[in-house]
Parts: sequence; structure tokens; C-alpha cells
Amino acid sequence: MTAVTTTTAVPAAQAGEIPQVRRRRRLSPGRRLPAARLIGPLVLLALWAGASAAHTLDTGAVPAPWTVLRTAGRLWSDGTLPTDVLTSLERAGYGFAIGLVAGVLLALAAGLSRTGEALIDGTVQLNRAIPTLGLIPLFILWLGIGETFKVAIIAIVVYIPIYLNTHAALSGIDSRYVELAEVQGLTRLAFVRQIVVPGALPGFFVGLRLGVTGSWLGLVVLEQINATSGLGYLMFQAQNYGQTDVILVGLLIYGVFGLVSDSAVRLIERRVLSWRRTLSS
Amino acid sequence: MAPHTEQLTRSAVRLRGLTRSFEGRTVLDGIDLDLPAGQFTALLGHSGSGKSTLLRAIAGLDHGVAGDGRLTAPRRVSVVFQDSRLLPWRRVLDNVLLGLDGKDAADRGRSALAEVGLAGRERAWPGELSGGEAQRAALARSLVREPELLLADEPFGALDALTRIKMHHLLRELWQRHRPSVLLVTHDVDEAIVLADRVLVLDRGRIGLDLTIDRPHPRSYREPVLGEYRERLLAALGVTEDHT
Repeated sequence: MTAVTTTTAVPAAQAGEIPQVRRRRRLSPGRRLPAARLIGPLVLLALWAGASAAHTLDTGAVPAPWTVLRTAGRLWSDGTLPTDVLTSLERAGYGFAIGLVAGVLLALAAGLSRTGEALIDGTVQLNRAIPTLGLIPLFILWLGIGETFKVAIIAIVVYIPIYLNTHAALSGIDSRYVELAEVQGLTRLAFVRQIVVPGALPGFFVGLRLGVTGSWLGLVVLEQINATSGLGYLMFQAQNYGQTDVILVGLLIYGVFGLVSDSAVRLIERRVLSWRRTLSS
Repeated sequence: MAPHTEQLTRSAVRLRGLTRSFEGRTVLDGIDLDLPAGQFTALLGHSGSGKSTLLRAIAGLDHGVAGDGRLTAPRRVSVVFQDSRLLPWRRVLDNVLLGLDGKDAADRGRSALAEVGLAGRERAWPGELSGGEAQRAALARSLVREPELLLADEPFGALDALTRIKMHHLLRELWQRHRPSVLLVTHDVDEAIVLADRVLVLDRGRIGLDLTIDRPHPRSYREPVLGEYRERLLAALGVTEDHT
């Protein structure tokens, strides 16, 4: 007889033994697959390539991946793509930077003083209620159709989530830590630096990620509506000439930018909030 | 060991007619109390008897609470709370040094951590500490400032029984070495008897009983003499024990 102790082989009562413990059915999804977030997009890409190779796709509507790549190469080497990408990056960058600074400063002012809260919080909530893209006509009249109004719209799209999440995190700081700061005799500056800012960082990063995504979203809309350069303009022109491959190049670049900037924020977040990993692991 | 009469001459804390009330409900009703410098005092009372209110008043933490009376306390006061209240985003040593500056601050922090048995854990995150270790770190944070008065608000209330006994020894040991005045707020009669040289019972906003426990340290829960103190304290708290 082999001494294998499978739990199901012999009914315990029959064998006159104490039944062995059987592992419970696992209800959590289990271990994560390696590079899990890339698998979905890669499958999609493979399907696209396969369908193109089998000629089941209308190349006028959906050109093959290699056609898109070739178009991207051509646009890059003739200089149109680098200029457009740079213009778009510049707009998104400026708008994002201004929105970031404004969101953080306003959140600090509203979170640290009652006067600031009274002046700022309601105003921002009001601003939030107005769809930012609805401000475009007004901003064009005020600021002209140049770069300023585009940067301004992106800044507004960015500052709102950063403000909201940072402010929520600030007001959510445990009052027990405030009491501790009083007991330890911290100055107001030390209190802000050592308790308020680190305590609000998790919320700030949530806002930052939303803001980054928002800056790209704003950019796409702005460049499609009225622009004379930039990625959106490139795509708008391509629409007029029926160049689906150029449109796909634009979309691809937007997608890559969005993904890269989001990953960058995540990376910074993991670095800065390294103390949280010890809690969750 | 004899009581430290030479140290008990100066008052560290002096309360005269201290009252505090919340929304018209009187919590502290004209308390007169002197805590001599260097004395280890425990403050007992039911939950809601105003123990914490009194401690917070002495610590100067009761913003916006109505009341009057005279209150003097030393300049260097440390507070240990029931929760360790370590900032999760600062390493243990940086937590100990919170609000402290000066060139030798880090060295003092390190030796305070060594004193509470946490040498080598300076770089740990608070989330990595056990409950007892976290409370040790909190003790180190309060001691590193060399307080003249140490206020402790049920500091061992959240610890398991075994850890609590170890912490009792540690606190008494640290007190012996540094000699701050200690006011330990607790609802645990045994804890008060084992640790303190004087036990106050707070009852309906006044000091209902002021008992000096003149017994040598370290004390054990099992000492029969302490049973008498226990009964008197329980009686003052309105609890009668069923003797069988």
C-alpha cells in the first residue's frame, strides 16, 4: 500500500481515521500574471494584425498595423510629425504645469485657513460645475485663438482634480496628528512640512493622475476644434483627405503619451509613498 | 525604598478651582490638586468621569472648552496617548525626533530608543512595529524631550496583557531614571496600585479619594497588602467585590 494521503481517496468515516484538512476553495483571483497590463493590448494588436493579413478588414477604414507604422516613419522623416508632437507636448506641458501649481496652492490655502476655505472652496466647486470645454468660445474671445487660450483651458482641466483631491486629503488629516503636533510644540511651518504635506500626498497623487489624463483629454479636444498645428490638427487634416492611417498614427501617439505619463506618475508615487507599501504587504 | 521626600517639596502641577464643562454639563467641578515634582501619580475613574478632560486641561490641549480656575504646569510637558500616534510616513527615529532640533538631537533620539529596547529599529517604518513596540517608540518620543511632567492617557489600554506587564516595568524603570512627575490616567485599578505612589479617584468632577501607596517597588499584583488598597479604591469607584 502506498502512503499517499489524498483526502478524497478513502472516505474518512470508512477508514476510521480523522479526515485530513482540505484546503478551502480560493475565492480571490489569485496570483497576478507577469506584465498583466500589457497582455490585453498585445492580444488586440495581434487580432488587428491577423485580420489585416487575412484581408478581412477594409484597408480604407482600418489600415494594417504595418501601414500605420510606415506612415508614422514617413511623417517623422519629412519633419511634420516631430513639429506637431513638439507643439502638442508644449501645450500639454505648460497647461499641466500651471494647473498643477494652481491646484496645489489653492488646496493648501483652502485647507490651512478658514478664510481661504471660505473664499476658495465654493468658487472652485462652482468652476467644477461648469463643463470646462464649454468655456472654449468665451476663452477664444478673451484670449484670442492663439496658444494662450489652449494652455488656459488645459490648466483648468488639470487644476480641478488636483485641487479637489488634495483638499479632501488635507481636510481628512487625522485630528490626532494635529494634537500630537501641538504636544510636540511644532511651529506652523514644521507642522505643514512634517504632517500636512505628507498626510495629503496620497490624495494629491490621485489628483495628479487624474490631472495628467485630463491634460491629454483637453489637448485632443482643443486641437480638433481650432488649431493650425499639433497632433490634433494633423489628424483633422487627414480626415479631410481620408487618410485613416495618419489618424491612427495620431491616436497611437496620444495613447503612448497618456500611458507613459500615467506610468511616470505611478512610479513617482511608489517612490514617494514607499512607507505605504509596508502597510499593504 | 523610601519615598523620595527630598524631591516632593516643589509642586510641578497646581490646580485651584479648576472647572470644565461641555455644553452646560459640568465635567470638572472645581478641582484643587497639587502634584509634587517627581511624584508618580495615577488618576482613576469610570469612563466619562473626566479623567481625560483633566489630563487634556493640564496638557493645554482643551481648546474651546468652557471653564475657569487656576492651573500651573511645567514648561516641558510630554504626553503619551492610548494610541502610539506615530506618523506612518516617518521612520521610527524621525518620529522620536518630531519637534526636536539641535545638533545632538539624533544621538539623543537613538539613546532614547535604546532605553526603551528599540535599538536597531531606528530605520523601521511604524507600520512594521508591533503594538508594544509602537508604544515603546511613543515613550521614547516623550522621554527624549526630558519632560518635567509626563502625562499618560491610558497608555497601555490597547496592549495585550503580557505586553502590558512588560510596559509597566519599563515605565517604572524610566521614571526611576529620569524622575519626571507622572500623571497616569487609567481605568485599571491594579495598574494604578502596582505603578503609582499616589492614586487619585475622580468622582463626579471632584477628587473623591487621594491615596498614598507607601509600598516598595517593584510590586506584584499578588502582594496581599495591596489588596487593602484595592478594596478602598474599588469602594471609592462604587464597585463592591463579592468575596468568596
